[in-house]
Amino acid sequence: MSTVTIDKAGPTRKVKYGSISRDRTWALRWSYFFLVLFAIFSLTPPLYMLITSLKSSAEISAATNPWWVFHPTLSNYVELLTSSQFLRFFWNSAIISIVVVIVTMLISIPAAFALARMKFWGSATLATGVFLTYLIPDSLLFIPLFKMLAVVQDFTGITLLNRWYVLLFIYPTLTVPFCTWIMIGYFASIPKELDEAAIIDGASWLQTLTRIFIPVALPGLIAATIFAFTVSWAQFLYPLVFTTSIDQLVLPVGITTTLIKGDVFNWGQIMTGALLGAAPPLIIYAFLMDYYIAGLTAGATKG
Amino acid sequence: MADVTLRKVVKRYDDVEAVRGIDLDIADHEFVVLVGPSGCGKSTTLRMIAGLEDISDGDIMIGGDVVNDVPPKDRDIAMVFQNYALYPHMTVAENMSFGLRLKRYPKAEIKSRVDEAARMLDIVELVDRKPKQLSGGQRQRVAMGRAIVRNPKVFLFDEPLSNLDAKLRVQMRIEIKKVHQKVRTTTVYVTHDQVEAMTLADRVVVMNHGRIEQIGTPNELYHKPATRFVASFIGSPAMNFVPCRLEDVGGRLHLRLTDRLAFPVPPARAARYQAVPHADKLLLGIRPEHITEARPHLEPGIEPFDAVLDVTEPMGMETLVYFTLEGSQICGRVNPNAGAQDGAPLRLAVDLNNMHLLNEVTGVVL
Repeated sequence: MSTVTIDKAGPTRKVKYGSISRDRTWALRWSYFFLVLFAIFSLTPPLYMLITSLKSSAEISAATNPWWVFHPTLSNYVELLTSSQFLRFFWNSAIISIVVVIVTMLISIPAAFALARMKFWGSATLATGVFLTYLIPDSLLFIPLFKMLAVVQDFTGITLLNRWYVLLFIYPTLTVPFCTWIMIGYFASIPKELDEAAIIDGASWLQTLTRIFIPVALPGLIAATIFAFTVSWAQFLYPLVFTTSIDQLVLPVGITTTLIKGDVFNWGQIMTGALLGAAPPLIIYAFLMDYYIAGLTAGATKG
Repeated sequence: MADVTLRKVVKRYDDVEAVRGIDLDIADHEFVVLVGPSGCGKSTTLRMIAGLEDISDGDIMIGGDVVNDVPPKDRDIAMVFQNYALYPHMTVAENMSFGLRLKRYPKAEIKSRVDEAARMLDIVELVDRKPKQLSGGQRQRVAMGRAIVRNPKVFLFDEPLSNLDAKLRVQMRIEIKKVHQKVRTTTVYVTHDQVEAMTLADRVVVMNHGRIEQIGTPNELYHKPATRFVASFIGSPAMNFVPCRLEDVGGRLHLRLTDRLAFPVPPARAARYQAVPHADKLLLGIRPEHITEARPHLEPGIEPFDAVLDVTEPMGMETLVYFTLEGSQICGRVNPNAGAQDGAPLRLAVDLNNMHLLNEVTGVVL
């Protein structure tokens, strides 16, 4: 009798294990299904851009299969990369983004350190205030900002409007609050004993920041850097409003203003320009992806 | 190296007084342990000495200088934290030398100091590793090394062994004691573990509710506790307390525990308790080792009685026996061969030469 019972128990157990692994298999299948769906959804537009960028204007307007290139050509790329105008846009975007990233970091890191660690009167309120600033959309802000800069321009006599460098003052209003906010979170996850140890070791606040906090919070710093760069690089509304002369434009605005003439869309070059414009952030992401993810998930586990 | 003095030191957080006027003199080279339950103010006191917390009132002196408003880095102290607080991006050697590098010591001197500390702590082969590659015990050694290389006036330890497992804790305890014997730096050490306090300290400071209950050598605290709190906090298993009162039986002072159980007070003790009013509610305090199995020949002051054991705990070299007296659970330590069994009666003896008598209301040892 007892052998029968044991025999019975055997398969029952197996089924139980099997059901767990079957659940897992199904969970995996569903995740892959949705991941593939999402990948198709987000990768189709760039793929379409790539296909279109390899076509001549004639082929684009011809009634052929839009998903296939019959006569591939690099003429769009050659034309854009040899056009001083396009290179000017690229250069403007690059210099603005780089300077904005530097300015943002120079403001955000000390600000976040102060708000996270130096408990002073109103620091908590101020930290929340910083984040609330970020929640105000730029479409609400651009008119008052324009007014403000016009007043400053009239008052000081320094030309600000319709100059690319005005964006160096405008973009940080977008990047500083968010970067400060994520850095506060990151700094807060560093154990308090670490700065106490540094202080007892004889470090000043500034030394604690530069020699302990910045190296320890490097993933968070890189995440903030990438964010600031992407925001400045992709910003459309502010440059559209604040710069109008062709030589002052940044890439996104430049492409749409110069390659769309009236109702004539130079699709091949627009797609090429957009692809080339997407390259720098893509390259940065590719190199810093690991840090970026580590930065965004900081605090989720024991820091 | 220097002495440390606290004069009426108070720490207030809004309305709460965490530390309520502490006076403490720590001599040069001394190893003092602050011990007490959590929330007793011991860590706050240590952090005030370190300068990590402002003091609300009173004075703290290190080496004779008042340091109330001196920032931590100028107090010439070193601190070891419970969670090690090693800089994760630096190697062991960099961690240890950080303070010296900030003070711009010559490279050769930094190297020789780090090497010496590493040798002392037996971590020479670890100096190029990062903290995450180290075990808990090794990290704690590095944290101590970081304190040693600075050659400060005072070492402060904030529960440094609490994160280690029991075996390693015992090992590191010995390690800390050895280090102190070598460097002889004045040390203030905070722990909630009374065994750590007893084993490490030259003098133990028992704290409770933000006040010092008693200061003394480990032996003084164990054998002459001043209050019920100290008596019950120091020693494991803890001291037994039984409600009792004094009465005169035939001109001799007796201790009445229950209606049926009364012991004569030994003459040496009787003189001390003569003045205690007989109406007072009292507690008999007796340590487990002073309740043993009754031997055929009992010395004066050792009184036999019978008890029915609730639980026995064989520990190998001894057996702990638990029984109930007047609603209080009493613990005794008997010879493993005494035949103690759960639920069985056993003839025990109490050594009243080592008794303590406490006022039940005030908790003061008489």
